[in-house]
Amino acid sequence: MAKVAGDIKSEQEQENMVNLLLDEKEIQVPASATVLEACKLAGINIPTLCHMDGLTPYGGCRICLVEIEGQPTLTASCVTPVREGMKIQTSSKKVREARKANLELLLSNHPLDCQLCDRNQSCELQDLAYEFGVRKIRFQGEQQHHEVDLSSPSVKRDLDRCILCGRCIRTCAEIQSVFAIDFANRGFESYISPSLGLPLGESVCINCGQCIHACPTGALSEVEHVEQVWDAINDPEKTVILQTAPAIRVSIGEPFGMPQGTISTGKMVASFRRLGFDYVFDTNFSADLTIIEEGTEFITRLTQGGKLPLITSCSPGWIKFMEHFYPELMENVSTCKSPQQMMGALVKTYFAQKIGVEAKDIVMASIMPCTAKKYECQRDEMKASGYQDVDYTLTTREAARMLREKGINLAEMPEEEFDDPLGISTGAAAVFGATGGVMEAALRTVYEKVTGETLPKLDFMDVRGIDGVKEAIVDVKGTPVRVAVSHGLGNARTLLDKVRAGDVAYHFIEIMACPGGCIGGGGQPIPTNLDVRMKRIEAIYNLDRSLPVRKSHDNPAIQKLYEDFLGEPNGEKAHHLLHTHYSCRDKM
Amino acid sequence: MEAVKGENLVYNEVDEILEKYQDEKTPLLAVLQDVSRKWGYLPRDVMGYVAKKLDLPSAQVWGAATFYSFFETEPVGQYMVRVCKSAPCHVLGALNVVRALEQELGVKVGETTRDGKFTLQATSCLGVCGVAPAMMVNEITYGNLTEERIREVLALYE
Repeated sequence: MAKVAGDIKSEQEQENMVNLLLDEKEIQVPASATVLEACKLAGINIPTLCHMDGLTPYGGCRICLVEIEGQPTLTASCVTPVREGMKIQTSSKKVREARKANLELLLSNHPLDCQLCDRNQSCELQDLAYEFGVRKIRFQGEQQHHEVDLSSPSVKRDLDRCILCGRCIRTCAEIQSVFAIDFANRGFESYISPSLGLPLGESVCINCGQCIHACPTGALSEVEHVEQVWDAINDPEKTVILQTAPAIRVSIGEPFGMPQGTISTGKMVASFRRLGFDYVFDTNFSADLTIIEEGTEFITRLTQGGKLPLITSCSPGWIKFMEHFYPELMENVSTCKSPQQMMGALVKTYFAQKIGVEAKDIVMASIMPCTAKKYECQRDEMKASGYQDVDYTLTTREAARMLREKGINLAEMPEEEFDDPLGISTGAAAVFGATGGVMEAALRTVYEKVTGETLPKLDFMDVRGIDGVKEAIVDVKGTPVRVAVSHGLGNARTLLDKVRAGDVAYHFIEIMACPGGCIGGGGQPIPTNLDVRMKRIEAIYNLDRSLPVRKSHDNPAIQKLYEDFLGEPNGEKAHHLLHTHYSCRDKM
Repeated sequence: MEAVKGENLVYNEVDEILEKYQDEKTPLLAVLQDVSRKWGYLPRDVMGYVAKKLDLPSAQVWGAATFYSFFETEPVGQYMVRVCKSAPCHVLGALNVVRALEQELGVKVGETTRDGKFTLQATSCLGVCGVAPAMMVNEITYGNLTEERIREVLALYE
């Protein structure tokens, strides 16, 4: 795996160093660095398209060319290791002309209609064209044309905008281990194709949308629900209700110029209320509810000898991954619906009764950091009220676009509160948005329910952080409860293969499909990279610390919901509304 | 019921091919070649079956199948006519060869004659540049093509 600059710096002391002459300046860099990494250490960010930190270097786009003395041709810096005494030019006339020519060649087979593109203003190709001063394209030739692939419920593919950098392929394979897509054909006819040349919707794609973050252009984007939500808002017959996921409040500020990692819960609520939603509820409420249901399920399995390890079910990308690749673990997966679906089921039953509106007249929309949620809400089994639990799912990006269209600047909004009663939540729900969060929230409740004692320390540091697989042993009054957490499905595969082989024994496992958890979801603002993920995670934990109630079972609104409506956790009504089942899918 | 039975028969034959290469480290191409020889093309469901049996992502199998111009992913005629489109043949009149073949067979490149006998396809270098322009009919190569010679060659398959 490629190293990021930070890793390299920390290794500088221990490792062999080499001397380079970079643009006439002497520098020292670790001997293991590539020329691209060496330049970065020296403060020069060589432009790239096919290169992405965390993925295998590819050397395909020829944008990162540099001139190395003694080499007959220009060299792709991303795939070239440094050598002692190397003399490198990064902006000679030859380099600048070659980079620009290569960019123009890419552009000659690319639509020049940036205004019509999903990635207008967040496109790396567009940025480079501007930075390189491309004002006209000298090369004119044949252009490839493909139908836009709208077969997936989550990810739209517009291959006319694809530059064949392969970042999506490597992300799908190396980060997610799904291998849903690969190059097909050859030469000018090359294109990126899902399994067996089928449309993406018929492939093993798990809808996580990490390929969207990997895509430098507008070739990949979410399937939009924006128009449907506008239509609902403008329909006087409909009561239109919104829920916002735990990860949105730490990212929705970014498209409005707020610093990454800003908590903007109140402004978010105020903004979407003004957009025209009749009620704005909090998915954090149903995250607390998930903890009660899943915690109860876990305690039952633990004490009465059910199937263990129990594996979390909040991440719909993970669920589809399990259905394709690990169907034998199906009984291990919690039957709990995800918080999004629980909220939808409650809104169209409990809340519908409360306000005297029929479920058919309610439109339930959500803002999710996730593209797989669009697929989850359309699953057949998600109809507790007889109608879809959730009708439409907007990504953070779509939601921000809707606010802009209406002329709402979130950054300048006042702070407002969620609506009652499905808007009250705890710190345990807040951390759902980060990897390890569901586990931590569950442990806070499970410990106290099992022992009847107050948890001495609420923070479970072992399950936090961005290590791919995290483990902890929690002493629940003499019983060691072994837990594991993984994020990014490649890491999940590593963990699950060990579980399947019987090499490790856990009681409880949390899996989130996306690196970093939901804060790094495929629906989050662009850019979403390691640095941005860390800032959003930090915000999540700050939010948890700032809340007066930090355990799901102490949420007064949840307690009242069980008293007034649901009855017992895991009871008959809860099962009907809040639990689901899965199906085996082809591994293809 | 018949269809299912037929499907199983096909998969039995694929199993035989897979067994033949079970000791190979990277058996994919050899398997695809045998499948191609057997059915004239690579049926999609057979590729899916091969992917599953070899524990390879089907997107990768599709990638390999479409990369090589000697693999077809759609059904083809009894005789596959492949005209070389590489530079030496091009210089020595490959375009005339294509035109003549299109006229004789009454189909365009990429199409199959109505009687299912011939499919016309352009291909990368056949490695016989010394006798350019060249073409292959199934596994036999013909060079030094002229309109006359094309008619003679095709007559062999009528």
